[in-house]
Order: sequence, then C-alpha cells, then structure tokens
Amino acid sequence: MKKHFPIAVLLAVAITALAAPPRMPRFHFENFTTANGLPDNHVFAVLVDGERVWAGTENGLALYENRTWKTYTTEDGLAHRAVLSLALDPRSGDVWAGTMGGLSRVSAGRIESFTQLNSGLSNDVVYGVSVEGENVWVATAAGGCRLNTRTGQWTLYTERNTPMQEIWTYGVSATPSKVYYAVWGSGVLEYDQKTGRWDKYDDPDGENEIVLFKDQGLIHEIVTSVSYVDNILWAATYFGDSRYDGRYWHNFLTKDSGLPSNFTNYIKGVDANRAWFCTDKGLAYYDGVNWAVYRPSLVDGKPEMTVRDSSGNVSRIAVSTAPAHNYILGIDFQGSDIWVATAKGLSHGIRQQP
Amino acid sequence: MTRSFHAGLTALAVALGAALLLTTRGIEIPVRAAVDTPSNASAVAYRGYASPVDVLLSPDGARLYVLCQDAMEVRVLNAHTFAAIITIPVGRVPRGFSLSTAGDRLFVANSWDDTITVIDTRALTAVATWPVGAEPSSVVEDRQGKRLFVANRISNDVAVLDASTGVEQRRLLAGRGSSYLTLAPDGSRIYATHIYPNRPPRRTGLENRTAPESEITVIDLFDPQRAAVVDRIPLHRIAGVFRTAISDDGRLGVTAELHPKNLVPLAHVEHGWAFEDTLSLFGADVGKPGSPPVEVPLDELERYASRPFAVSIAPDKSRIYVTSGGSDIVTVIDVARLLRFIHTHPGPFAQDLSASANYVVTRIAVGRNPYGAVLSADGHRLFVANRLDDTVSVIDARTDRVSSTIALGGPKTITPLRRGEQTFYSARYAFQGQFGCANCHIDSTFDGLQWDLEPDGFGRDIVDNRLLEDLRGTEPFKWNGGNPNIPTECGPRTEKYFWRSQTYDDLTLTDLTLYIFSLPIRPNRFRPQYQQFTPAQERGKAIFERALDKFGRSIPEANRCSYCHSGLKGTSQKSFDVGTRKLTDNTGMLDTPQLTNIALTAPYLHDGSARTLEEIWTVYNPEDKHGRTNDLTKDELNDLIEYLRTR
Repeated sequence: MKKHFPIAVLLAVAITALAAPPRMPRFHFENFTTANGLPDNHVFAVLVDGERVWAGTENGLALYENRTWKTYTTEDGLAHRAVLSLALDPRSGDVWAGTMGGLSRVSAGRIESFTQLNSGLSNDVVYGVSVEGENVWVATAAGGCRLNTRTGQWTLYTERNTPMQEIWTYGVSATPSKVYYAVWGSGVLEYDQKTGRWDKYDDPDGENEIVLFKDQGLIHEIVTSVSYVDNILWAATYFGDSRYDGRYWHNFLTKDSGLPSNFTNYIKGVDANRAWFCTDKGLAYYDGVNWAVYRPSLVDGKPEMTVRDSSGNVSRIAVSTAPAHNYILGIDFQGSDIWVATAKGLSHGIRQQP
Repeated sequence: MTRSFHAGLTALAVALGAALLLTTRGIEIPVRAAVDTPSNASAVAYRGYASPVDVLLSPDGARLYVLCQDAMEVRVLNAHTFAAIITIPVGRVPRGFSLSTAGDRLFVANSWDDTITVIDTRALTAVATWPVGAEPSSVVEDRQGKRLFVANRISNDVAVLDASTGVEQRRLLAGRGSSYLTLAPDGSRIYATHIYPNRPPRRTGLENRTAPESEITVIDLFDPQRAAVVDRIPLHRIAGVFRTAISDDGRLGVTAELHPKNLVPLAHVEHGWAFEDTLSLFGADVGKPGSPPVEVPLDELERYASRPFAVSIAPDKSRIYVTSGGSDIVTVIDVARLLRFIHTHPGPFAQDLSASANYVVTRIAVGRNPYGAVLSADGHRLFVANRLDDTVSVIDARTDRVSSTIALGGPKTITPLRRGEQTFYSARYAFQGQFGCANCHIDSTFDGLQWDLEPDGFGRDIVDNRLLEDLRGTEPFKWNGGNPNIPTECGPRTEKYFWRSQTYDDLTLTDLTLYIFSLPIRPNRFRPQYQQFTPAQERGKAIFERALDKFGRSIPEANRCSYCHSGLKGTSQKSFDVGTRKLTDNTGMLDTPQLTNIALTAPYLHDGSARTLEEIWTVYNPEDKHGRTNDLTKDELNDLIEYLRTR
C-alpha cells in the first residue's frame, strides 16, 4: 500500500487536472447605472481611451473620468441623444459618435455634428463608425460613407457603387489594409484600401440566407458587426458568428460552440484567435479553444460564469458579480479589464485571475 | 566671390521660376523681379514693398529677423546697428515664423504655397521646403525639437509634423480659421487661436442672430507621442482672435481679439457700439483652474486701440504690450494694476470704456499697421513690424518711447494701390477711429458674421458679410444689389452708415477702390492642379450645367445653377428671388453672389442662415426656387458641392 501511495497521488492529481475546467479570465464586475451617474441605463456602445471611458447611451454621451461621470447632450451640440456607436481617433484623442441623428466629433469638449442636412453624410442614423488615418468610415441606415477629415470630402457607398444589395449598414471596421462593413441582409462588404475595389461575402449558395453546411461561408446575411484584427475577420450575425482568415471560414453556433446565443449584437476580436461576443443571452469569450460566458443567470438572475472546454464539457465557476444585464451591446478593453455595454447599465469587469 | 555669384544666380533662378509659376497659374499677384545689389550680391532685393508682418530676435539677441510678406523674404539685420546682413527668399505670402529652441533653425509659414520654409540660421540659407496643410499661418517647434506644429487657416486645424523630416503625423481640430500658435515658455503647451468664429453647434434657425463663439485651443505637449487637444478655452461673443502671450512664470495668458457687436443695429457707433478691442486674460493669476477667461477692453472713449494683434509680456511680468493694426499704436498695460483691477471690481468689463484707464499706462504711436512684435530678452526693447510703412519701430521699454525706426527700404513713392491698402487697414476714418474696413474683412477676406445695418431698418435685412476677393466684374454690390459700384459701396454709404464721418476725399476713395479691385484670389485648394477634375467634381459640374432634371424634364433656364451663377466668377450680376426671403427681409430679390472660393465663406445665403453649402439646398430650397435640386440624391448633391468647392 505504502509503495503504491505516490502513484495514487499522481493519478489523483492527473484526474483532477484533466477534469478541471480551463483557466479562463475572471472578473469582478462593477456596474454603473443612473443611480451612480450614468445618464441612461440603455448603453449602446462603450469606448476606452486610456483612463477615460466613454459610454454611448440612449440619453447622451457619457464620459467617466476621475471616478465621475460627465454627460454631453444635444445642448452641447451632440447630433442626437441616442448614441449608437463610438470610435477613437488614436492620433488626436477625438471621439466620433454615431447617433440616431447624425455623426458627432467630440474634441476636447467641443462637439461638431454632421447630419444628412448639413453635410455629405448619407443618413442620420449612424449605426457604426471607425477611424483609420485621416478617414472616418461610417455605417448608416442608407449605406456607408467616408469622411476625409483633411479635405472635408464625403464619399458615399451604396448599391450604386458597391456590391451591396441592401444599404442598411450596421457596423464598420477600418484598418490600413481593409475596411469591412456589416450589412443587414447583405453580408459583409470588403474594401481594399490599396486597390479601391469592393468585394462581398454573403450566402455562399445564393439560395438561403444561412449556410447549409458548416464552415461553408459567412454564416448568415444579416450581419450586425464586424471586427478585423491581425488579418482575421470576425463577423457577428443574428444567427451565429463567423471567423474568416482570407481563405477559410469557421462558424460558431450555440449547438457546436460555447456561444450562449446565436443572436449576436456586437463582436470584437482581440487578435487572430481570441474574440468577445456580445449576445442577447450574455457576454461570451473565446480563446481559440475554450469558451467562457459571463451573465446574470437566465433562471434566477444570480451572477454566473460558465466555461466550456474543447470537448464540450461545461463547468460552472463560482462568481459573485456579473455584467449588469444579459443583453450585451458592446465591449472594449482597458488593459486586462473589460467595459461592457448592456441594455441595463454599463459594467466594468475588473480582471481577477488568471 | 564664386559662392556669392552662385547664390545670386540661384536666388535669381528661384525668383524667375516663381514668377513663371505664378504666370502659368494665372494668379494675379504682383511678381517681384530679383536683382543683385552691389553691396551684397547674395542678397535679393525686390522692387516693391516689403510689408513686414513679424519680427524675431535670435536667442543671443544679436540678430533681428524680419518677415516681409509682400517681398516674400526674411530679412536678417544686426539687432543693435540694424544693418542688413542678408535677405532670404521664402514662399508666397508668408504669414508667420518662429525659431527653434536652439535658434539654429527658422521656420516660415508660406500661406499661399502651403509650405514651410526651413532656414538654417548659421548658414543663413533655406535648407528645406515642406508641404503642409491649407494656408499655413503660424508655425512653432516643441522644446525637444521633435515636433513642429502648423496652424492651417483653411482646414481649421493644427498639423503635427516630424521636426526633422517635415513628415506630417496628424492633424488636431482647432478653431475656424486657425491662424496663430504660441508655445508656453516652459514648453508644456501650445495655445492656438483662430480668426473666424466657430460654426454654431446646432441648427436652431437663429444661428445668424446668435453671438459668435471662439476659443483658445490648448494642445498638451506632455505626452511625447500624442500631443492632443486637452482644453478649449471659450471666448464668448468673440470673432477674430489673434496672438497670445504667456508670462514667463506661466501664470498669465493674454490673447488679443475683436469683440463685434453684430447682434444690434450698426447705429450706435457714436456710443462705441460697433467693436470692442479687447484682451482675454487667463491662467492662475486670473482665476482658479477651469474658470472662464476675463475679458478686458483696450479702448477708452475717444481713444480706440483698433484691431489688437500681437501681445508681448515683459519678462518680469510688469508690462503687457499690444499692437493695434488699425490705430497704429502700441498699448502699454501695467500688469499689477490690471490684475488688481479685475480682482477688485465686479465684471464684466468688456464694454466698459472707463475700465482701461485703470491699467493702460500709455499708448505709443508707431508706424502704419503694426503687426508682429518681439521683446528683447531683458525686456528693454520692443521691436514692432509696421506692415504698411516698411519699417520696424524700436521702443525703449524703460521710457515707453520709440527710440529708433528701422527703414527696410523699398520705393520712395507710395503708389495709389499702397495708399488704398493703407486706407483699408486704417481705423482713422471712422468716428473716433473706432474701426476700419479690415475689422469686418480680416486680412482682406471676411469675418463670418451677419450684421444688421441701419439703412434697411432696425432688425430688418440681416446680411451676411461677403468675401472681397476678385470683385471686379461682380457688380452690383450689397445683397439687394443696391450699390452699382465700389465707389458707391465703399464711399458715401460706408462713410454714412459705418464710419459716421465724412473723411474720404476723392483721391482716397479712388485709391481704396483700386486696392479692393486688386485683391487677388487665393489659390483654390479643392481644384486639382495640373489635372482634370476628380470624377465627383466632373459629375457635379454636369449637374451644375444641366438643362434636364433626372426625369428628363426641361429645367427652366432661370432655374438652372449655371444661369444665375454664370460666367467665370459665377454671377450673372442680376438679382433673383430664390425663395430665401425671411419675415424680416424687405425684399426677396437678391443679388447673385459670385462663387469665388465659396468653400471658404460659410455661412451662406444673404443672411447667413445656411451654416453649410448643403443646407442651402437641404433646408432652404423646399420649392426648388434656388435651382432644381430636389430631384437629386444625396450622392449627387455631394457631387454638386464637390464641384462648387473648386470655384
């Protein structure tokens, strides 16, 4: 017995190790609502700029700085009270806000707003915005457009000059090499910055809105968000999500991944392998192999974190906090912390471990 | 000898090349021929006026640099004997210059060339020319010599360049008409000012009756990578912000500015109710961090300091010196008395013509149209560039008297054109010398404001100020087309309703007319040079000239863009009703404005009610009376505007 004891210990450790869930990031969530300074609990977008955090809410643009909130409204020049999207110009620190009534540039407290009446903006409903160099790329309810901040020239992208079938653009991700548009009902549009040519990714069989076979192509034509990182396109739809490396597609559905829901509002890639998924049933993180989901329990509302390993084993992690709501609309990163926009508040996920 | 000969040849070639370039571009500005002078073959002397706009002293105080705008050169003088050392050609219409911290490089902003000339101050020669943004007007280098900041007037921003290569890194949003930059003495911040008021942030329908808003844009240099705008000091009711000075201890900032009273009828000039010439004070000496600046007047009853421009603060912070381009004076302010006054009296002070007696020490007469100024390091001498005299006044700061006047040479005779320019920039013709043409036409352009002129009735016919460039062939004048020519527009009418005095003689008016008609067109930054229009501009041109609408229906001739805005200057010189009459307007028949540089002249329409070109049609053309445009899609309207921006 004595001589078998070390073997037994090793075996026990090995079994324990094999059974332990993967080490996924854990957070302590600190939630902000109107009770502690947020102008509205409905938070559409969040943007981190160093120590400053911007929140696009249904009732103004809020800035969290030095532990206090300041709100910009239409009285300050904001195009509309409902702020749907945010983007940072890292070179100047200016923040661009897409609203239900136009596009606003927030620069050290001064706000300039561009609307379809006072500028070349194609439509006042601005779902997405992205800054790349001197260009601001905008996704609107009537197509995409680009503002050259140096020349003031607007260029519109619609069904006339792109392969877009629908002009309801929902999101945009601009990089020096490629610009991607998420088009509601028309897949993903790709603009090559070098050649100036457009390409399109949508239903591969041309018959259905959704792919018939796994990893056949973009999972669905109703695309809500795109994120292009490390030459990898991450695309979110209301019917699952996709990853595209320029050659192969890899699709994610609740039935074959750790996604808590196929209904995804927003996606943000960390790098080529990792991404965050903002769904109607919680916030999900994918590290290339494993999944983690953070949310208030759908059953009892208590904080919940689940981890799914590559074999599909799901473990529940004991946590004491969760994002403010299951309906997740946006995310941004502050070092190893995360900030999460939800339908009922803004959450600061303070990284605990690993 | 050989080096001098080659330098002379080079300068000659540069001048001839520039002349050829200007000729080929068809730009109507006087071109100076270069000739070698016997005394210094490497120097380039020009026929014509120097028009000094700024002065600088080398760090050791030995050299005086004078930036000569019309001569397009930097003149280098011995700062003690005032003997000429050398003249260095720069670009067209240079507007500002500055030295690097070490004093080894001089940067010149060439506003018409959109370039920065870099001069090696040891070799006293230009070593580089860097392209920058549209109409660069001021340039400063950071203390580390890493970054160069350039204020671009047309693109309303401050460009950040690599100071060693001139490669632009980024642009920072500044105020409209971004023009002047001041580096704080400790190098921590740059303060940027602008000459036109910012666009009202919201459309209320009463933008043209809203007080103008300006700002001092504060750029933080602490982060060596970022250099972001960190603050915008609001300047309420200000339109026309010029130079800023920061005291050596960093506790006091002073900005020169114009405070127009455009919201009331221009009928109270005799009460000082047209313009205030003021300073905005900010910093720790003035109030707590974040507190608004304090505006103080320079004027006093019957003694106006019209169009303050440059500000210098004595090293010991005892005095502030302010040049006033319209009054030909330097105002001297006692800082201790000024601070005591603002801290012991309830404000606001801006419109109190008795206030300045509490802190103004004296007003020193200098040459015509003083612009830039610089104090010697010991604070004993103030050099003032007198633009329209071709002189530099040297003021002994211990006696507050002009000790010397440096003549920069040039023609002995004053041409009629020059006399006209002097009249344009002088405030002496108005009642009590309160203001002049250049108050509303800053740097011979416009002011971005709307005015209520008396003859049309109080509160009636609010009119937007118009650009003066390229006026010949655009008669009649006034928005109602009531003045058939410039002598009528600028003579009796101006004297009666603006100046409230009858001081022009026939010759003065003739010269003034000559000057106004001579004002050249600035280069159009939106028109591709040496190539065809862009596709968007071509499409817009077709819309501008079209005779059929999108449904194939004929557009009545009078309802086509190209009918009213015909000819090279875009005006048929006739009046039309384009459906923009307001309840307060006496008539809907309005003169067709020329389209010259229209991209720069917002707001639009006769009363300035359209903040942008787009609003002319998206908001103020519901019945298609201002051209058939309601059939256009958004991208087509954008194309039309892209074309208009090239005019």
